[in-house]
Amino acid sequence: MSTQALTAALFIAVVLLTVGITFWASRQTSGTTDYYAGGRSFSGFQNGLAVSGDYMSAASFLGISGAIALYGYDGFLYSIGFLVAWLVALLLVAELLRNSGRYTMADQLAYRMSQRPVRTAAATSTVVVSIFYLLAQMVGAGALVTLLLGVSSEAAKAWVIVGVGLLMIFYVVVGGMKGTTWVQIVKAVLLMGGTVLITVLVLAEFQFNISDLLGAASEETGKGEAFLEPGLRYGVTTTSKIDFVSLALALVLGTAGLPHILIRFYTVPTAKDARKSVLWAITLIGSFYLMTLALGFGAAALLNTGPESEVATSGGNLASPLLAEAVGGGDGTTGGAVLLALISAVAFATILAVVAGLTLTSASSVAHDLYASVFKRGQATERDEVRVARVAAFFIGGVAILLAIPAQKLNIAFLVALAFAVAASANLPSLIYNLFWRRFNTRGAMWSIYGGLVSSVVLVFFSPVVSGKGVDPNTGANLSLFPADVDFSWFPLENPGIVSIPLGFFLGWLGTVTSRDAESERRYDELEVRSLTGSGSEKAITH
Amino acid sequence: MTETTDHGVKHEVYERLHATADFRELRRRYRAFVIPWTIAFLAWYLLYVLMSMWAHDFMSIQLFGNINIALVFGLLQFVTTFAIARIYATHANREFDPLAAKLEGQYEREIGGAAPDRPGDHAEHPLEGER
Repeated sequence: MSTQALTAALFIAVVLLTVGITFWASRQTSGTTDYYAGGRSFSGFQNGLAVSGDYMSAASFLGISGAIALYGYDGFLYSIGFLVAWLVALLLVAELLRNSGRYTMADQLAYRMSQRPVRTAAATSTVVVSIFYLLAQMVGAGALVTLLLGVSSEAAKAWVIVGVGLLMIFYVVVGGMKGTTWVQIVKAVLLMGGTVLITVLVLAEFQFNISDLLGAASEETGKGEAFLEPGLRYGVTTTSKIDFVSLALALVLGTAGLPHILIRFYTVPTAKDARKSVLWAITLIGSFYLMTLALGFGAAALLNTGPESEVATSGGNLASPLLAEAVGGGDGTTGGAVLLALISAVAFATILAVVAGLTLTSASSVAHDLYASVFKRGQATERDEVRVARVAAFFIGGVAILLAIPAQKLNIAFLVALAFAVAASANLPSLIYNLFWRRFNTRGAMWSIYGGLVSSVVLVFFSPVVSGKGVDPNTGANLSLFPADVDFSWFPLENPGIVSIPLGFFLGWLGTVTSRDAESERRYDELEVRSLTGSGSEKAITH
Repeated sequence: MTETTDHGVKHEVYERLHATADFRELRRRYRAFVIPWTIAFLAWYLLYVLMSMWAHDFMSIQLFGNINIALVFGLLQFVTTFAIARIYATHANREFDPLAAKLEGQYEREIGGAAPDRPGDHAEHPLEGER
């Protein structure tokens, strides 16, 4: 059996397993609490796995180990913000949100503010963040799956995008939060299992001596000690140093504002379980990034990572799968073929799970915030709401497929960083103010959400990411989104966070102090009691 | 609508709980823990990022074998993240949870098993009106 046939067989196994889970979950889903929040019946450990599953995208699994393989230390530097960020979620957000909200990010704002404007604002921001993230994942999926299956035509990529998109729509429409959560749990177990296996095999090659592994990596890449120090990728000029600080701020503050992470805290019965979820997530995600360190430096030490190599031409994405093949015995061996196919299937499961989580988040917000609260003014029946959520999932998935196909020729990896920047600039300020500042009110929430959202998107639009970067002197590839001869950029940084995050907080403050809203201040007492004690919070349902 | 009368009662209960010494103590303990720790870990992470960008020579000092300060500093971020998470969990279990449980018990007794309050159905709240 060839590697490709084995890979395809394992891909099919992943699809069958997840489709089976989804059908099983759909039989246990009846009302809105089931559909949006999985009946709030998951344990802290299960949800911790699911949170990790939602968070560790193909960009982290393949991207970070690939970045370490190509740029050494700077790839590791990049990964750390993604972990430290979880402390913001643990200390400030997870438990209070679980106690005060119900299904969506907007719920806790709507608790004490004018329903319709804040829900519209929060839903807009939720959908924008999720669509950016989703597009990046789907385009990545097209490139990656075709690479893993060994086909490369544009048509094949488009079909892969359509296939991934249809599966994602299926999980969300049929399985709701219960199905999606179980898909995340399965994916997290596969991902951790695969990563542990490859890490042990890599470390065994170096008799578990980390220093030897690092030495071999710096020697093999020909970059010497510079490979183990900061500076190969970030911070060449002062502008790019500030740019990295800007990215780091968005990563560390954005995680706790990502809607698809926030709604995970509603799937557990109590705030204490939300706390346990984050503790598990920190343990799993932290161990995972430590292992990617071994994978990345292992790939640098054991594989050819020169400019013409497969690792380099895939932008680092093939580093982990090829490393699996190498430690399994190398090209042409059974062990190599089995491990390569296994890691490819893990990557595939990773893609499917993350896109499903994002689609569910957008659909929930459209149905619960826009349809049920803004349009129907809270008078929709549960049945109607779930029906609308399913239709919304179908449309959002369809739009994502239609946008991803033409976008596959574009370099849109920046969309993930932009999603974090919007989450940190638009979502986090209003979340924090709402939970901690009695005076905060509707105008403050509107200004911080729209201000943070618009400023991040506008700054990126006028940044070198979109135009004006020119062509790569070595490969001749166009580095910006627009054709190389178009340049309308004036914002020097690629990451807007350093400007847009303080702006989001500032506008939230300014909007608040320029208006008076006695009602939201009065209701803050309630929100405070409820968020800190869990009094009156939503309970789990049992079937 | 039943939800309407329920909410009036609930609002009074919430206000009563808010005024208790127990609640004030819970809020004080919570804020006294999370605010300084958040400032501390954000500053510690930022220090790491700034030094990676602007203190290249210091970060490149080799400590033993091929292990340099940059790598140790990065790994320390993992250690502190795990440690702060652990400290928070222990502290919350001991200092927050008993008070929160006591207050929630008081809420449940006063409400007497009414349906949970629904922030999502704001239109049904009497306090909300046509805002």
